[in-house]
Amino acid sequence: MSIRHGLLALLESGPRYGYQLRAEFEASTGATWPLNIGQVYTTLARLERDGLVRSLPEEDGGQRPYEITDAGRAEVARWFSTPVARADRPRDELAIKLALALTTPGVDVAAVVQTQRTATMRALQEYTRLKTRSDEQSDMSWRLVLDAMIFQAEAEVRWLDHCEASLVRYRPAPAPDTPAPDAAAATDAQPEAASTP
Amino acid sequence: MSAPILELREVHRTHGAGETAVHALRGVSIAVHPGELVGVMGPSGSGKSTLLNLAGGLDVPTSGEVRVAGASLSGMSKRALAALRRRTVGYVFQDLNLLPSLTAVENVALPLELDGRGVRAARQVARRALEEVGMAELAGRFPDELSGGEQQRVAIARALVGQRRLVLADEPTGALDTQTGEAVLRLLRDRVDAGAAGVLVTHEARHAAWADRVIFLRDGQVVDTSGPLARAEDLLTSESTR
Repeated sequence: MSIRHGLLALLESGPRYGYQLRAEFEASTGATWPLNIGQVYTTLARLERDGLVRSLPEEDGGQRPYEITDAGRAEVARWFSTPVARADRPRDELAIKLALALTTPGVDVAAVVQTQRTATMRALQEYTRLKTRSDEQSDMSWRLVLDAMIFQAEAEVRWLDHCEASLVRYRPAPAPDTPAPDAAAATDAQPEAASTP
Repeated sequence: MSAPILELREVHRTHGAGETAVHALRGVSIAVHPGELVGVMGPSGSGKSTLLNLAGGLDVPTSGEVRVAGASLSGMSKRALAALRRRTVGYVFQDLNLLPSLTAVENVALPLELDGRGVRAARQVARRALEEVGMAELAGRFPDELSGGEQQRVAIARALVGQRRLVLADEPTGALDTQTGEAVLRLLRDRVDAGAAGVLVTHEARHAAWADRVIFLRDGQVVDTSGPLARAEDLLTSESTR
């Protein structure tokens, strides 16, 4: 997601100035996504350049509110009606780390899995605690964000369990007996041996 | 810290002997204190249910010691064990084990009546327990007149009725939908927060996350423990936004 769309969506409720937008953005995402005020004003300037918002005259306090334009409303509508493409999300560092752990000599893949699972489980416990402390009615936006993190962490633990089970069964072909198709097959044997309890 | 309500010391449990012996638990030591909920995770066959059965005195260790409320189970007579199971330990099982011929309130009152309480007094306590789980209105219904979620609430009320200090739950959210499952976990959590000790066996991380500490079992051994909790602010701010 872009901050652009987040700010545009907030402006749908009426004109806001920068500090208000930042406060509302953080309130609805439960501070999962802290913004600095500089980011907010840079984004507003770009939105104005693109004709999606327009700035209003300064108020008494010296604050300049922005309001959404018709083109901005159309952009918000388009954003909500379009699914988030999986390819647009950041690459999964953990998956890449595990893949490399398997082929890097001397790395105990099972230990990498366990370390990660413990950390992810702790995170999951803390998200759950935050959720039980929140209020079902007044904190709904925040709870939706928390639920997303809860389900993602759960999926990660399941995936790590799955990796662990796969590693137990993993038996790379011994290098001397079979003609190795490439050099990688020979280095595979080492981390596997280290992962056996 | 107060004395643990449940303690396993170097517990081994082996089924069978010789080459076909199955080592269900291999040297497990854990302590669960009042106000603490411990989650136990692991694949099928990792020893989760064996651990729970040993903790509840339904099974005996091959070696090692199980202590509940300060007393070692191995030295106990059958009668004393049965009394402990009725008074101190509450179970919530995957299959609910509600008796179909008894109403909700009769099911909940049963352990108290077996323990020698008068029917009237037992029913009164049972009604209060059903109130606690939001089932007061349906106390007179039979299990087959209740939904899965409602049946599980009755099972929880039965596990928590009286002054149970140790609650053992085996996949208590079973086939319940996520909302109902959460309500069940909340009940368990509340009871533990009120001073009971709890063990929650589950294969779902999202449920285990209600625990204060999560133990991972693999082939009868503890492989990981999620220890002290992470700080919320570290978890909520991702790298990319810093």
